[in-house]
Amino acid sequence: MNNSVRNTARLLTAGLRALLVLTVVCGVIYPLVVTGVAQAAFPGTANGSELTSHGKVVGSSLLGQRYDKGKDKQGNPIPDLHWFQPRPSAGLGSNRTAKPPVNPQYDLQVSGASNLGAGNTDLLKSVKDAKQWVATTYGVPESQVPADAVTSSGSGLDPDISPEYAQIQVNRVAKENNLPADKVEQLVKDHTQGRQLGFMGDPRVNVLELNVALRDLVQKQG
Amino acid sequence: MSPVLAGVLQLIALIAALALAYRPLGDYMAAVYSSPKHLRIEKFIYRCIGANADTEMRWPAYLRGILAFSLAGVLFLYVIQRLQGHLPLSLGFASISPDQAFNTAASFVTNTNWQSYSGEQAMGHVVQTGGLAVQNFVSAATGMAVAVALVRGFARSRTGELGNFWADLVRSTIRILVPLAVLAAIVLVACGAIQNFSGIHGVGQFFGGSQQTNGGAVASQEAIKELGTNGGGYFNANSAHPFENPNAFTNLFEIFLILVIPFALTRTFGKLVGNVKQGYAILAAMVTIWLGFTVLMMWSEFAHGGSALQAAGAAMEGKETRFGIGSSAIFSVATTLTSTGAVDSFHSSFTAFGGGIQLLSMMLGEIAPGGVGSGIYGMLVMAVIAVFIAGLMVGRTPEYLGKKISTREIKLAACYILITPALVLLFTAVSMVLPDALGSMLNTKAQGAAPHGFSEILYAYTSGANNNGSAFAGLNANTPWYNITIGLATLLGRFLPMVFVLALAGSLAEQKPIPETAGTLRTEKPLFAGLLVGTILIITGLTYFPALALGPLAEGLS
Repeated sequence: MNNSVRNTARLLTAGLRALLVLTVVCGVIYPLVVTGVAQAAFPGTANGSELTSHGKVVGSSLLGQRYDKGKDKQGNPIPDLHWFQPRPSAGLGSNRTAKPPVNPQYDLQVSGASNLGAGNTDLLKSVKDAKQWVATTYGVPESQVPADAVTSSGSGLDPDISPEYAQIQVNRVAKENNLPADKVEQLVKDHTQGRQLGFMGDPRVNVLELNVALRDLVQKQG
Repeated sequence: MSPVLAGVLQLIALIAALALAYRPLGDYMAAVYSSPKHLRIEKFIYRCIGANADTEMRWPAYLRGILAFSLAGVLFLYVIQRLQGHLPLSLGFASISPDQAFNTAASFVTNTNWQSYSGEQAMGHVVQTGGLAVQNFVSAATGMAVAVALVRGFARSRTGELGNFWADLVRSTIRILVPLAVLAAIVLVACGAIQNFSGIHGVGQFFGGSQQTNGGAVASQEAIKELGTNGGGYFNANSAHPFENPNAFTNLFEIFLILVIPFALTRTFGKLVGNVKQGYAILAAMVTIWLGFTVLMMWSEFAHGGSALQAAGAAMEGKETRFGIGSSAIFSVATTLTSTGAVDSFHSSFTAFGGGIQLLSMMLGEIAPGGVGSGIYGMLVMAVIAVFIAGLMVGRTPEYLGKKISTREIKLAACYILITPALVLLFTAVSMVLPDALGSMLNTKAQGAAPHGFSEILYAYTSGANNNGSAFAGLNANTPWYNITIGLATLLGRFLPMVFVLALAGSLAEQKPIPETAGTLRTEKPLFAGLLVGTILIITGLTYFPALALGPLAEGLS
């Protein structure tokens, strides 16, 4: 009996010692080595791909932002149509009981998705509402509204929109900024990224980079 | 180029990359496990442990090593989470509640990485990098050790000895996982993943001002999270978060990391049993299922069934623009057919049939190709069953790799395949009659989504008991009921099968080999690979069909 207790204790100690020494290797040395190499060789990406404009950081080019002008009476943000709009986030699920709710409005510290099912009637309603809003706001038929304009992303921080969604925003954005539409259209073309190596992922437009370029254009005109 | 064609080309590129890595990696791993020499750092580690790495262990000793090491892992993770509020480098996060700390500790030690917490809201540097990421390495290494022990059971005769657990654990970590993870992490940083210790800090915004954001050792955790088929994200959004998975190339690269070791282990197996063709037959069965499911998933997602997705015009809900539908579909099958559970798009918002494929992938026992180690040992157990069924059909004593499959072996294999379905179905059934448990559903009857709500719960236990860790993430799983029962499901779903695998390995190793005769079933031939696929699909289908009919099938056909 005594013997077996002693053996068990010895075994558990061995388990703990193994864990501690492997923690030093995998939990201390490994992340520090990777961080060292990363900070030396790729400081820009390792620190969040920050985008600067006129000497000021305007965000991370990998993370989406909102472009609003204040809030309405219900507390919902009003999109500022001077700028290209990202994928919707108003339709994001509240994930009712999660505190705080999962990503209400491109909040960098609450990433997450709506998690609503493909046949969920709430999701159906938010898709239909979004479609109607996009069609009326930008003066296009509903059939031209692309899917990314009416659905929320997986991270809730999607930095990109499809080239189609950017394209239908061109006229309105140009009008709001008193710019010729062809100049804004050219801007969208310049910021459209094709598939990587021609076949990976989908074509996209980075909204922050596009809006930064747009602001430069507006300032040059003004 | 159409999105469908782009998706197919990405799949082909992935297959090519996996094929290139298959032989070198498989042969290298075989050499690692059969080498008599220890590296200097390994000798140092063995001295720290106080273990002689050259002593051979019989299966009970091997199992005791695993249990002792895993118990230490659970206790350590539990304690550092409970003390987080008092530890340095915790970014101001409070201690984790007892039930959630138990759930997280069990989940990471069992290679599940189910997360009822939200990374950027709950875990500081010490827990994430010094605790959770460590288990990403060692839980994977434990799985590989068990796989190698089973393979030795087939390869050896007239001995009960299966190798040394400490040596297999340390070699898997030091010689295989760490070097590959360093390379992978650096590739990820080069492409945009973050790697720093800046903690929570402000980042300037377009209109001026700043917003708080999390820094951390993300790339290093991301690399091992995929490579070790773990899946626990640094951020709540997991691999959909741009800091974990910045672009379409990294997305494909992460899928490659998930699949590369599990597939290559079939080569290692072939090498160690002295006939690589045996490994190819197992590989063929894995690839058949994986490719079949991937094609079905792409078809279902591009067809975007479901009223909301139809209205939107494409299945983009919960998916990122930079990945698109094709590569999100490939990722979701890879992650559920292995024990990974990382997600680059949110499974709950996939089409009903897409969700069904994810569920079925896990229900197969995650063996095509499965988790690192756990995939191949699960597949070999299924091979034993397949041989047995074939033996019954022709009335011969079944044998596999020169070993007789007798009553004892079949009993052990049968216990292995019964455990996870029992856990999944029991816990799901009980949850469906508890009002509190039902209250955690996000998708409800009022939203015309009753079957989807059921699927959330079925998914949770399927994911837990099979050590996957992905979720239909609408379910609010941070309640004492789910934290405790899912934690238990991960532990029982991981360690009970290991008991049977090791007992099986011990019993095989003791046998003397029987010579091949004209009547021996040729297990290296395509016929056997086909039989194996059929056995897997029929056994899983019979077990889970009623549950699937109530969830995704009801939703998809309504």
